Amino acid sequence: MAQSADHVLDHFDLFRGPEYQQMLDNKKMFENPRDPAEVERIKEWTKTSEYREKNFAREALTINPAKACQPLGAVFASVGFQGTLPFVHGSQGCVAYYRSHLSRHFKEPSSCVSSSMTEDAAVFGGLNNMIDGLANSYNMYKPKMIAVSTTCMAEVIGDDLNAFIKTSKEKGSVPADFDVPFAHTPAFVGSHVTGYDNALKGILEHFWDGKAGTADKLERKPNRKINLIGGFDGYTVGNLREIKRIFELMGIEYTILADNSDVFDTPTDGEFRMYDGGTSLEDAASALHAKATISMQQWCTEKTLPFIADHGQEVLAFNYPVGVSATDEFLMALSRISGNEIPEELARERGRLVDAMADSSAHIHGKKFAIYGDPDLCHGLAAFLLELGAEPTHVLSTNGNKAWVEKMQALFASSPYGKNCHAYPGRDLWHMRSLLFTEPVDLLIGNTYGKYLERDTGVPLIRIGFPIFDRHHHHRSPVWGYQGGMNVLVKILDKIFDEIDKKTNVLGKTDFSFDIIR
Amino acid sequence: MSLATTYSTAQIRARNKELIEEVLKVYPEKTAKRRAKHLNIHEAGRSDCGVKSNIKSIPGVMTIRGCAYAGSKGVVWGPIKDMVHISHGPVGCGQYSWGSRRNYYVGTTGIDSFVTLQFTSDFQEKDIVFGGDKKLVKVMDEIQELFPLNNGITVQSECPIGLIGDDIEAVSRAKSKEFGGKTIVPVRCEGFRGVSQSLGHHIANDAVRDWIFDKGGPQGKPRFEPSPYDVAIIGDYNIGGDAWSSRILLEEIGLRVIAQWSGDGSLAELEATPKAKLNILHCYRSMNYISRHMEEKFGIPWCEYNFFGPAKIAESLRKIAGYFDDKIKEGAERVIEKYQPLVNAVIAKYRPRLEGKTVMLFVGGLRPRHVIGAYEDLGMEVVGTGYEFGHNDDYQRTAQHYVKDSTLIYDDVNGYEFERFVEKIQPDLVGSGIKEKYVFQKMGVPFRQMHSWDYSGPYHGYDGFAIFARDMDMAVNSPIWKKLKAPWKDVPRPKLLAAE
Repeated sequence: MAQSADHVLDHFDLFRGPEYQQMLDNKKMFENPRDPAEVERIKEWTKTSEYREKNFAREALTINPAKACQPLGAVFASVGFQGTLPFVHGSQGCVAYYRSHLSRHFKEPSSCVSSSMTEDAAVFGGLNNMIDGLANSYNMYKPKMIAVSTTCMAEVIGDDLNAFIKTSKEKGSVPADFDVPFAHTPAFVGSHVTGYDNALKGILEHFWDGKAGTADKLERKPNRKINLIGGFDGYTVGNLREIKRIFELMGIEYTILADNSDVFDTPTDGEFRMYDGGTSLEDAASALHAKATISMQQWCTEKTLPFIADHGQEVLAFNYPVGVSATDEFLMALSRISGNEIPEELARERGRLVDAMADSSAHIHGKKFAIYGDPDLCHGLAAFLLELGAEPTHVLSTNGNKAWVEKMQALFASSPYGKNCHAYPGRDLWHMRSLLFTEPVDLLIGNTYGKYLERDTGVPLIRIGFPIFDRHHHHRSPVWGYQGGMNVLVKILDKIFDEIDKKTNVLGKTDFSFDIIR
Repeated sequence: MSLATTYSTAQIRARNKELIEEVLKVYPEKTAKRRAKHLNIHEAGRSDCGVKSNIKSIPGVMTIRGCAYAGSKGVVWGPIKDMVHISHGPVGCGQYSWGSRRNYYVGTTGIDSFVTLQFTSDFQEKDIVFGGDKKLVKVMDEIQELFPLNNGITVQSECPIGLIGDDIEAVSRAKSKEFGGKTIVPVRCEGFRGVSQSLGHHIANDAVRDWIFDKGGPQGKPRFEPSPYDVAIIGDYNIGGDAWSSRILLEEIGLRVIAQWSGDGSLAELEATPKAKLNILHCYRSMNYISRHMEEKFGIPWCEYNFFGPAKIAESLRKIAGYFDDKIKEGAERVIEKYQPLVNAVIAKYRPRLEGKTVMLFVGGLRPRHVIGAYEDLGMEVVGTGYEFGHNDDYQRTAQHYVKDSTLIYDDVNGYEFERFVEKIQPDLVGSGIKEKYVFQKMGVPFRQMHSWDYSGPYHGYDGFAIFARDMDMAVNSPIWKKLKAPWKDVPRPKLLAAE
């Protein structure tokens, strides 16, 4: 018996002891296990080009995708509005999943309700669930707004949100003038970034275009403000705060749309804040009058930006700007639109980032990287790597499309380091596994699920993306702005140095390179 | 001991009654009427907890429950390691449940084991419009080609499957034939079925009965000689290694575990289970169905047991041994004695730090009662408990064997109710899930996740009890809870505790 009260052994030590190892060995006779030699043979086979070819020939099966479904993005966007309760119409299990998923990433509460549709609703439709659900949510959680989206169940049976919400109001579930924007967010179309887009557009449409026929459309009276949309972003807390700091440094009046940076970062001080911060509903409405709207993620706003442009604003989309040039472009766009100068303080921050890159780029230059994640994130990280003289050899986005590939190819073509780089749209992490075996790289950048790739292929993982479940608090630091670029640079460097140390720390064998200065 | 004023049972009863009345006030009348049936104060001597259960959740209330898919793929089938489980439908369900349940297993992942892979048919609009059967056929072909060492396939249905009229049974039969009799199990666990995860457990149990027991696949014959001491562990999902820290005890008393359902389990183990002399059932809620079936069909008795905390472990070891001869009975006594020094040391170390602390629980279908003994072993008192998806037979077991008089009972509690209850009762610890964790920690209430063991565990068995005690201590007695209030804002909070 290895366990003791003095030194409590956790699972990772406990089961490695001889008693448990013996037990697990004995268990095998009941498992009818495969011949270990056969397991080894297949394991090696999965590393080959032949396997890669079969793997890439897949037409129906998806294995380890790097995307989630629409309503997750809708919930993420909705909580960015002040006092807003996301209400997902359909099966209730979905909502349990979104809440868990967001909580596991942010280590924060995630509030959201479901209309809990079951078999009878599948047959008769979910109108009654909507009527009762809105009334209960309104009474229990006292929201300022309820933002409705849908699960695939409600979409398959064809529930009509507009009509259902109207009927619910007629039945008195919520007051007639209570804001209930909505968006259809079928899980079988697009991904979580699509859901973000649909939900945000639904909310803006609600406020700007007459609240589903219950109010007059707003008339645009242009002002000097700039709207900013962050998009679906695991670093929303750090990033939006950095963006606000930049806006304030530049003296720009702004509205962050779907600002969930506070609700995903509330203090522990004895009070649970179900709602915190967020874009006020007044600001959401008056965002119509802004001079321009900037989206930090093109593929999170494919419908929202044209909708805003149709209302007479200039719109501008970035692709998750990370690093020097992407931040330069972002700031120059802010300066151009606002007419305000970029202050010296930001120029100095830029200089510090360039300084840091100059100090350290020798360790990154020429290194090959694989990146996966949402389409904009991939673009932003690849652009930064090219600035560092690294090669983003494999860039894979499960929810990337043809237009994304074209954009990636243009980026590769813009740099000599992009020469041998490829973009893979619609592929998953099992494809990435084949890529890493057949065309090895030095480092991998991706979310927590990349740890399986790191284990299988030995390529060290740098955790940037969503979700990050197994490292804490990184979402609180920005990756946007020059300071954000600095954070990304440090993260990459730390991994590189840790790996060099790991390779050179064998006493008397490899430790001639175990340098004290690097 | 807490620095709390102590109250009589009558006072606590009155307080809890007031509390229930208070939370019901928030609801529209119809909802209040429905919710009132799920909230109660336990009365000693009653045969159940006096609440309704296993009833539809009310729309819009923020229920903590999940769905049938979660019950089947997430709980029952997902841990079977040598089979490929297809999340059949849109991408989300498989994505959100990917690797998050911590069902430990030993195997070469991606080659002969597949638990922590996310296989999905990733439905697109055209699959909804034209049906997904053709895609499913292709998905199975591709699995066969790329994962030749898989021992079987299950189809875990997501909501659309049942709504668009797909015939996954026909596809499964045809592909099984084509693949030389391979075990392929279609599971009708669409998320809209039933009222919670619970129906998913039942459907998954039935699928084992219909597609594994009744088919008797090519691997059907066990490759070991039966012994008089063969048992199967039923309803242990090996979260953080729970089934392993249980198995070791069963083997130490002289039994032979021929199957684990389903943590670290394999198809061969499922198939061989009808050879067991006794099925021992940990999670009654999720696997009583198949246990009853095996009793009826194969005459295998089953007994419930509880491996949380030394009091229940000893009681359970003796109960299990009671089904066997003196050799096993002596084995049980020997093992209880062997671990007594560890138990004594753990209790000596942690009980003084935890004595008198109060706990409120809200977990799935077993732990709201099963862990109470372990807390009591540490001198802690469970003052409120409830099930996410328990049935009346769970509340009967709770009332008859576990909870004390005046305990607050809340079935299918929602965010609002749970927050109000905890706010007023101010327990020293809340044990529930990830969705509740950060809410209560923000409120300054120590918390442990009691589904995932908060990424710790195992909690089963004697080895697990040491970890459990350590974890509860570090939650309750973490110095961080003293830092909640800025010193210029600090105010004491009142407490309510049962008089001993």
